[in-house]
Amino acid sequence: MPLEISAARPDPALLDLPWSIPLEEWPQDLLAALPRGISRHVVRFARLSGSVIAIKEIKADIARREFQMLRQLGRLDQPCVEPLGVVTGRTDAAGEPLDACLITRHLQFSLPYRVVFSQHLREDTAVRLLDALAVLLVRLHLVGYWWGDVSLSNTLFRRDAGAFAAYLVDAETGELHEQLTDGQRAHDIDIAQVNIAGEFMDLEASGVLPEGLDPVVMAQDIVTRYETLWHELTEDEWFDSGETWRVDQRIRRLNAQGFDVDELAIATDLDGTRIRIQPKVVDAGHHSRRLLRLTGLDVEENQARRLLNDLDSYTAATERQGEDEEIVAHDWLNRIYEPTVRAVPAELRGRLESAEIFHEVLEHRWFMAERLGHDIDIREALDDYLRHVLPGKPEERSVIDEERSS
Amino acid sequence: MATVKFDNATRVYPGNDSPSVDQLNIDIEDGEFLVLVGPSGCGKSTSLRMLAGLEEVNDGKIWIGDRDVTDLSPKDRDVAMVFQNYALYPHMSVAENMGFALKIAGEDKAQIRERVEEAAKILDLTQFLDRKPKALSGGQRQRVAMGRAIVRSPQVFLMDEPLSNLDAKLRVQTRTQIASLQRRLGVTTVYVTHDQVEAMTMGDRVALLKDGILQQCDSPRRMYDHPDNVFVAGFIGSPAMNLVSTPVVDGGVDFGTTTLQVERDALAEAGSRVIVGIRPEDVELTSEGDGMAIVVDVVEELGADAYIYGSAEDAAQVDSGEDDDGVKPFIARVDGRRPPRKGETIYIKPQEGHLHVFNAESGHRIGH
Ligand SMILES: Nc1ncnc2c1ncn2[C@@H]1O[C@H](COP(=O)(O)OP(=O)(O)OP(=O)(O)O)[C@@H](O)[C@H]1O
Ligand SMILES: Nc1ncnc2c1ncn2[C@@H]1O[C@H](COP(=O)(O)OP(=O)(O)OP(=O)(O)O)[C@@H](O)[C@H]1O
Ligand SMILES: [Mg+2]
Ligand SMILES: [Mg+2]
Repeated sequence: MPLEISAARPDPALLDLPWSIPLEEWPQDLLAALPRGISRHVVRFARLSGSVIAIKEIKADIARREFQMLRQLGRLDQPCVEPLGVVTGRTDAAGEPLDACLITRHLQFSLPYRVVFSQHLREDTAVRLLDALAVLLVRLHLVGYWWGDVSLSNTLFRRDAGAFAAYLVDAETGELHEQLTDGQRAHDIDIAQVNIAGEFMDLEASGVLPEGLDPVVMAQDIVTRYETLWHELTEDEWFDSGETWRVDQRIRRLNAQGFDVDELAIATDLDGTRIRIQPKVVDAGHHSRRLLRLTGLDVEENQARRLLNDLDSYTAATERQGEDEEIVAHDWLNRIYEPTVRAVPAELRGRLESAEIFHEVLEHRWFMAERLGHDIDIREALDDYLRHVLPGKPEERSVIDEERSS
Repeated sequence: MATVKFDNATRVYPGNDSPSVDQLNIDIEDGEFLVLVGPSGCGKSTSLRMLAGLEEVNDGKIWIGDRDVTDLSPKDRDVAMVFQNYALYPHMSVAENMGFALKIAGEDKAQIRERVEEAAKILDLTQFLDRKPKALSGGQRQRVAMGRAIVRSPQVFLMDEPLSNLDAKLRVQTRTQIASLQRRLGVTTVYVTHDQVEAMTMGDRVALLKDGILQQCDSPRRMYDHPDNVFVAGFIGSPAMNLVSTPVVDGGVDFGTTTLQVERDALAEAGSRVIVGIRPEDVELTSEGDGMAIVVDVVEELGADAYIYGSAEDAAQVDSGEDDDGVKPFIARVDGRRPPRKGETIYIKPQEGHLHVFNAESGHRIGH
């Protein structure tokens, strides 16, 4: 069988990769030594036409299935890695068949959980990771996706204004259903709990888990976080007919959690004295969608929240509350945001994503103001940040794997 | 005691007109290894998931032991899905990898160690317990993964195509391991596969489904010797049974130039035609004018045996409904030392006592 590459938009450079060599034996100069989570299959990163791709050696039918699944998740607007193609029909020099390969785009600025732990020993880091994973799992469940292998290894984390945003990386075991049963959700949560406990115990065994964190407690934590959020997003609520403000309250509460309510069912009991509401369709990305609409910036949810807050301050400071929101946003973009991120020298741009740098500059301004006891202009904060903070940060666009490259 | 009972269990997916599993009845004995098998979409995964609590049961009940678990959550059923995910943690020892899930369940250390050691003994992993997984072979890693499920000592093991992502060699090896392990542990096991060879080699009993309906549930031997209908006859066995539609005649059924004797009673309600089935390995070569004439198209030599693939001159092969890939050849296993040649016409008939007869309308077995 001849080599076959199926892809949505195949890059001809793919043909030049050494498909007749088992992935494990690929020459070092093609590879990018980026860190990975725990995996059963051989996974490598390769440079291709100026970007980095992830290649996983796996059986052909499973590769095709995972490819399709990632595409579907992408179409459903779920945070996951982007599938680029499947390579089948590989044979080695002796003509013996080799496993197929699934190719995905390396998710820039993503951090496997081990890297997060080896860099930052803040105690709440673990909690933030779990929070992000709980949000991801709830989102996936809302669209009917049963993951089947929820774990920290199968998730990638991106910084999100001090918190994290979680992306699905391994869809091998997943299934899309019209709607998940309670049993299916419970099974996924159970899997998550066991896997996360195992992963924290593994961190503990290798000595990088911060003191005082109990893997079993952490794993229980993901269950609680998930349940709380799921409850908030899906549960029905009863109140008296005179309390209709509670409809609005519920919507605001969900917005604050980062979700939009696209459909809300409202019903009354027989004599009309009690009202029942239940969110039917909720959609993550309340703040990021709003920011995208106003400014065209496509950033993570918490970053968007942060940027929108800054936009609000800008509006207030320039006394333009009465004006058209989009026009003010446009000005904020041109006068505040863009100049800030453009001021970052090229050699430091791979340290953090632009929006994350902006967030850090705002944080930095706050700390400076507190220390000096007066307001600080953003330009001043930026200057200090670029001089004293950012240069000390590691490169994160594609994190170098210290364990492996040393 | 963990028997399992599907009691008229039915699943209709939302938006579907017909059930994906239709009134399934199976009584699984304590310690039994039951394999659910059938072509893609027949409802085997759905059946397993109803048992696991992952899929709603719309009608009927599911019992584990004397507990009605129909409405229990997966956690409360005391079943373990094996092989869904079996990451091995590199910094933990083999023992820790096997036992860590018990920690979550709040078991104390001594108890965990005891259970792990027990499992390791069964799995032949005792000497590796304090090593890191890195030092293990592929097969040993598989066994550690099994160990994870075993130490939880569930009432029932559930496995859905657990070998599908292994390569052919590891697959055969692991298949044998699972089967022998299950026998040693004596834990009731329900195993899903689409591969009838896997089903026949592993199961104490095999349940064959088609379109959500149970076709037959019997020991592999019985499924093979005594298929209840044409579908079972065609699905079980490799190469598949030859199925030929033929007229009923006085004293039996017509088979080329001869009449095969079939009990008169059996044919009483058969109508004018029946389907006769002969397994390739039950074919007897005769001499010209005795039995059915077959023109040999291909000869496949396998040493002691040879398979011939031919076409029957005066009878068409019947499709059992399994998969439809055009005209099926008539297949016969013959002595490998003196196989017929390509293009030759040979005469065959079933060996004494190895004829299967099915109703041409309903497909039901009517005799032999
Ligand atoms: N597109 C990508 N971008 C960044 N990292 C990636 C990407 N694809 C894979 N990885 C890294 O490779 C690791 C292994 O990938 P993956 O989980 O798909 O492999 P696997 O063998 O299927 O794992 P498992 O054993 O969980 O089934 C991930 O944990 C992740 O760190
Ligand atoms: N979530 C679902 N919603 C609607 N129909 C479904 C769903 N899951 C399965 N089905 C349908 O139910 C039938 C049985 O599916 P099931 O997955 O149980 O089959 P299977 O025998 O396990 O097949 P395979 O070997 O392909 O996995 C199929 O027709 C399938 O299309
Ligand atoms: Mg993985
Ligand atoms: Mg995987």
